Amino acid sequence: MPQSTKPRPLPTSIDETLSLLAAADYLADRSLATVLYLALRMGRPLFLEGEAGVGKTEIAKVLASTLGRRLIRLQCYEGLDVAAAVYEWNYGAQMIAIRIAEAEGEGDRDRLTHDVFSERYLIKRPLLQALEPDPAGAPVLLIDELDRSDEAFEAFLLEVLADFQVTVPELGTVKAARPPIVVITSNRTREIHDALKRRCLYHWVGYPSAERELEIVRAKVPGIGKALSEQVVQFVQALRKEDLFKAPGVAETLDWASALSELDVVALDPATVSDTLGVLLKYQDDIARLEGGKVKELLDEVRVDLRAAE
Amino acid sequence: MPEASEGRLAENILYFARALRAAGIPVGPGAVLDALAAVEAAGVGTREDFYWTLHAVFVKRHEHSVLFDQAFRIFFRKRGYLDRLLATMMPQVPLPMEKEQKPALQRIQDALFSNVGEREQPKPEVEIDARLTVSDREVLQKKDFAQMSAAEIAAAKEAIRKLVLPLDERRTRRLAPDRHGHIIDIRRTLRASMKAGGAFIDLKYLGPKTKAPPIVALLDISGSMSQYTRVFLHFLHALTDVRRRVSTFLFGTRLTNVTRSLKARDPDEALAACSANVADWSGGTRIASSLHSFNKAWGRRVLGEGAIVLLITDGLERDGDATLEFEIDRLHRSCRRLIWLNPLLRFDRFEAKARGIRTMLPHVDEFRAIHNLDSMAQLARTLSDTTSRGADPRAWLKKVA
Repeated sequence: MPQSTKPRPLPTSIDETLSLLAAADYLADRSLATVLYLALRMGRPLFLEGEAGVGKTEIAKVLASTLGRRLIRLQCYEGLDVAAAVYEWNYGAQMIAIRIAEAEGEGDRDRLTHDVFSERYLIKRPLLQALEPDPAGAPVLLIDELDRSDEAFEAFLLEVLADFQVTVPELGTVKAARPPIVVITSNRTREIHDALKRRCLYHWVGYPSAERELEIVRAKVPGIGKALSEQVVQFVQALRKEDLFKAPGVAETLDWASALSELDVVALDPATVSDTLGVLLKYQDDIARLEGGKVKELLDEVRVDLRAAE
Repeated sequence: MPEASEGRLAENILYFARALRAAGIPVGPGAVLDALAAVEAAGVGTREDFYWTLHAVFVKRHEHSVLFDQAFRIFFRKRGYLDRLLATMMPQVPLPMEKEQKPALQRIQDALFSNVGEREQPKPEVEIDARLTVSDREVLQKKDFAQMSAAEIAAAKEAIRKLVLPLDERRTRRLAPDRHGHIIDIRRTLRASMKAGGAFIDLKYLGPKTKAPPIVALLDISGSMSQYTRVFLHFLHALTDVRRRVSTFLFGTRLTNVTRSLKARDPDEALAACSANVADWSGGTRIASSLHSFNKAWGRRVLGEGAIVLLITDGLERDGDATLEFEIDRLHRSCRRLIWLNPLLRFDRFEAKARGIRTMLPHVDEFRAIHNLDSMAQLARTLSDTTSRGADPRAWLKKVA
């Protein structure tokens, strides 16, 4: 994240949102720009769902860096609780403070409690951090892979997202002066409850079209040749049409493109593809499916398509 | 639409929301207000922007995208869309049909013009759609569930209340206060000791919390199972009622997710909703392809958190081959426990001879009977009896060999 951050204004139109993302090499469809613009404008959380590796998390990162905001990330996991997500008291330090006070003969109980339960001993976790005022503007709060947490946490999140406030019993209620920009992502390993989705603007992030993916590859893998990038994208697009257990995402395309460009490959051939298939496909069944001439078949198709396009 | 004045637009969005609701997208009044605010905020310029603005507000699930798309197309036709809509509400005018029927279109049209057909002609329940009779003996019947008697429902409910599924509890990674726990809960310990001014520190503990795992039921509704399906659906409805996390899928020649339909409180309502959703009642079975579509589309979405899978089928597979073995193996590897409930087991001389059964048996954890169709109590007992004979699938294979 760049250090010299100044508060930058939010985009004022859909086109501006689109160019803002493009400036950070995130090439988005207009539909995504629309929902993002609305989320920023209406101050609503953005709920992004889609297959792994289509750039959901990346949106929050790009947003933070282009707007010059702080990125606060909360990675969800099963059993995530308030102590890990919101706040925790620094019990060790509190104990020491009590001991010192006792040694000094401090007898006033009220004062001691007041001292011990002060912000100094509060460990702030992501959700509480996101509510704090920031000179650079409200931070970007990324709640990543919400589907990994359990329903109990989801229910708690409802409260936070509705009012942007949390209550610490010993301290009182902390309310955000300006609500953070919230981005929630989910891989759909389970359904998120409608009550939570209702509060958000929903968007399904799908696989990009061939042209869009080509632009992305060329933007993200600068050294790649024209012919290779075209072949890579066409091959991946063809692969997604196959009956695979897990189709490769954009992240895999980029990995593959940079792997091939590191290997100084100029054009795809069946042997290279078979050798590097592990970058694209992550299930043994899927790799097995492509064995025995299937790769060559797909490559021939890709070549014919590309020749036809010329 | 850009040319529409402000007041007209608001009205149209309201009607559009109503149409979406009728089409099955849950759109609350709050969403309508949101939509108005969003349209205002976006400063609608083009049709595409308008589309995605409304999409952002109204669509909360990926599956609803296609419904929304169709509804939008029909509702916001470029010229005179409102007039056209009103005109089509009249029974005489033929519905605007496109050349190729898209999957969601029928549903949208049903939603938009539902009151037309219903009032006009209370048709007989059986409707055979000739367009889709490609697959072998896929009988596209909308089967009418006869109403279940009150006594039967009461018996089922009673049985379910006593039902204890095998290995019901699963340890989660979440912690809860536990007297015999292994982790010191400092937060609670200190708060408790504050009561006495910190003089005593009485340690409080945390232990892992246990939770009932989600249940995923795959119910065969093919012709050979038709006598059983109704009872099983009641069973699954009751199960959904008691435990929150139950997903139910029906399969014959294709897979249908009826989880949402079964969420209706009233069993009659739930079963009616179910039968309305399913096209392949009492047709053939394609276990392999149904399992394939489950594995592909749903496996990773509903099998989390240590789910138990109840596979309810007689295993009489039409196309029993290597794909069946592959798919059942994949299913077995992606869930914590796979229980096969087979109604054929009620026959005393049952032998695992059929090819489909022999293929699937090595890949299930438990192989259980559903003896009695009349009483749900029997089914519950079979399920909860973890030591009942025949639970081990290998025993059945040995018996034949």
